[in-house]
Amino acid sequence: MQSRRNFLLRTGALGCSLAASPLLTPMTFASAPWDNRLVVIILRGAMDGLDVVQPYGDRNLAGLRQKLKTGEAGGAIDLDGYFALHPALQGLMPLWRAGQLGFAHAVSTPYRDKRSHFDGQDLLEAGTGFDAAGGVRDGWLNRMLQTVPGLEADTAFAIGREELLVMSGAAGVASWSPDADLDLTPESQQLLQLIYAQDPLFSKAAAEAMQIAQALNLDGGADSYAELLKGMQNTMAGSQRGKEHVKIAEFAASRLRQETRVAAFSLNGWDTHNNQRGGLTTSLGRLSGTLLTLQKELGPVWQKTAVLAMTEFGRTVRENGTAGTDHGTGGAMLMAGGAIKGGQIYGKWPGLGDSDLYAGRDLLPTADVRAYAGAAMRGVFGLEKSVLENTVFPGLDAGSLPKITL
Amino acid sequence: MSFDPDTAAIRFGMGLGPGLKPPGSVDEMIRVLRARDAAAMQYPIPRFMSLLPDISRLAELQKDRRRTKDKARLKVVMAGIRDLRRSSRSAQAEYLKASVARGVFSADGFRERLTRFWADHFTVKGKNGILKTAVSTYVEEAIRPHLTAPYSQLLAAAVTHPMMLLFLDQVTSAGPGSRMAKRRSGRGLNENLAREVLELHTLGVDGAYTQADVRQLAELFTGMTASHDAGFVFRPGMAEPGAETVLGKSYGGGRPGMDDIRAFLDDVAVHPDTGAHIARKLVRHFVADDPDPALVDHVAARFAQSGGDLTEVYEAMLNHPLAWVTPDRKTKQPFDFVVSSLRALGVPEDRLMRMKPRQVALYLGLPMQVMGQSFENPTGPDGWPEEAEAWITPQGIAGRIQWAMTVPHVARLDLPDPRVFLDVALGARASAALEFAAKGAATKWEGIGLILASPEFQRR
Repeated sequence: MQSRRNFLLRTGALGCSLAASPLLTPMTFASAPWDNRLVVIILRGAMDGLDVVQPYGDRNLAGLRQKLKTGEAGGAIDLDGYFALHPALQGLMPLWRAGQLGFAHAVSTPYRDKRSHFDGQDLLEAGTGFDAAGGVRDGWLNRMLQTVPGLEADTAFAIGREELLVMSGAAGVASWSPDADLDLTPESQQLLQLIYAQDPLFSKAAAEAMQIAQALNLDGGADSYAELLKGMQNTMAGSQRGKEHVKIAEFAASRLRQETRVAAFSLNGWDTHNNQRGGLTTSLGRLSGTLLTLQKELGPVWQKTAVLAMTEFGRTVRENGTAGTDHGTGGAMLMAGGAIKGGQIYGKWPGLGDSDLYAGRDLLPTADVRAYAGAAMRGVFGLEKSVLENTVFPGLDAGSLPKITL
Repeated sequence: MSFDPDTAAIRFGMGLGPGLKPPGSVDEMIRVLRARDAAAMQYPIPRFMSLLPDISRLAELQKDRRRTKDKARLKVVMAGIRDLRRSSRSAQAEYLKASVARGVFSADGFRERLTRFWADHFTVKGKNGILKTAVSTYVEEAIRPHLTAPYSQLLAAAVTHPMMLLFLDQVTSAGPGSRMAKRRSGRGLNENLAREVLELHTLGVDGAYTQADVRQLAELFTGMTASHDAGFVFRPGMAEPGAETVLGKSYGGGRPGMDDIRAFLDDVAVHPDTGAHIARKLVRHFVADDPDPALVDHVAARFAQSGGDLTEVYEAMLNHPLAWVTPDRKTKQPFDFVVSSLRALGVPEDRLMRMKPRQVALYLGLPMQVMGQSFENPTGPDGWPEEAEAWITPQGIAGRIQWAMTVPHVARLDLPDPRVFLDVALGARASAALEFAAKGAATKWEGIGLILASPEFQRR
């Protein structure tokens, strides 16, 4: 079987988000085509959906999870009489009650069996199946943007130090990290443009960096070495302060309040093989903090926002021998925001009996997680179902898309 | 064969520098690599074993903290914990400084590059306490001494190292039928290390293994654990009794011990899928993100013929014309960018070595992080990406330009003339546009910054 990752590496697709923006084209701020906002968070490491949204009404759960206490015994919060929320997400309960938090359960990408994080994440972000039509080499958010002609680069923002495949592709996308900074003398700026002119990768990245720095007012017009050095020292000191996920959420919100309509970033730390109680509590605390920061910083824009948090696969239904869980298949997706029809758990529950499981060990996926992502895009941006099935998620049979937005 | 000294220094080493002679031939590169490790003696980094007393002490203090009721005693304990943590953090800054210094001053840049390559291939992270700051000491102990060994030796050193066993949760994994699992309910298997050994360290994700192999290997690995005072420990009471079948071959069955695990590691180290995986990874790291299959196949063939003899594998790569004629399309990762810049600048040794931990962070560690590479701390066990596109992003290049414009003048007060520097740093690689820019820059620091920020300097 051809690995998705190697395919992407061979075709050089990982990471290329080539906008047609030559160096000297000034960044324009045309109004975006939509008013709603979409935020996609990639949860890297395989979040244990069964621990986050616990099917404590399923009589098998307590036996499968003895050290990982579930339901009332583990302090989980009842959601609907059958499912309960992990206690580390307590802070999100006001959103649940307001109908602004929901989940899709027993979902997965088409990835099966080898359970590699890295292939799993590539497949999640590419949005294609292994057997999808050949030649697809970009991320699904980027393909969604490609279907709308004339978008400005700042319509979509990839945030963080690491590259995001889900946003990569032919459509212009802005990319920045909250701790990045760039200030240059006008002479240096011109000379840099000259030396980058022969190298499209450098030329494009530098041009975007200069434009973003200007748009963010990082470009203070320093004209002495002392000022630049001071600025560099401040940047480095600032990169040590504060919590990274909060800085990313604040940055995303600051862009989404303006012209940006789509933002994506990652949260790491979900690979809970060992002492899951501790590790998952920490990671869910970050996820909760991220969502609450977005809500607070977006202000009224939160009402028009749909946030999707997705992971590469779920984890084994049985806890392992070290109070953790190993790589599995079916998992859960989180959705939040004022544009979401929340307060419910979507999906068809497959059950946790021995004969219900996938390969005798994993939660059986009963829906494709891409169908929910598609439903959200249809809801907030009005995308046609045929565009979703043919272009954004080639090979997806979305069936009748669930309606998850208001 | 088109060996060229500048390419040897830039593509396979840490770059050019004033007064530093680039390698004269492939034979010389290999000879130097096989000789004693002069850079490690000059800029020492302790081995992991030497941290054990501090690791034990911290564990004792933490136990005390939980048990002590006495307030005065608690104060002393807390102060002890703080001191140990603080000293481990400044030690980490010293490790970074030594790693940088080796790259900046060593005549054997290929050794430094191979160290980074294999440290990344066998990525570990410390999750808490002193382990968080100990990655360099693992590299010094498990990676660096085995760069020219058979692959099976390097594999065993890395995979059985306490840092790896801790990082990938092997230390708590017990066989479901082991004495420990019978005694303590809920104790059992953890698949993490077994999966990553097959997927990342040996066969590769496209290799010929299944979930059943992962499970069987996890059982075979049980018993390997670590303790605060001894480091690596094999505990038969945690080992799964009976034989395991991994990749179609049966291991163990008698008294559990390391022999069976080593037998498996010896076999998997020379599996054809392992050779193909390592060859491709090595060539992608050194020659091209999207390498010519002819070169990969050539290196893989030598891996197979030599039973994974790493020196022969490197020779196969270096003696192939494609290693030299492939255009400079790779991008230096941030660590190499910073090191090769300081090397080209001819930074005075005492100025670098006198840097305090705070300065190491401000001018080396944090800037690399802003450029996208927190030193020895990638996101996951798969290490850093290779593709130029993953590094030359708007945020990544902003970090590189900002560093290039500011830190050289901190590292060297008397900056060289940019026109001279251009030749020192790049030899024949400078373009006319860059020459124009170096001449046209209003100040020395801008001229130097432009040269370091140029594609010619950052590509190789």
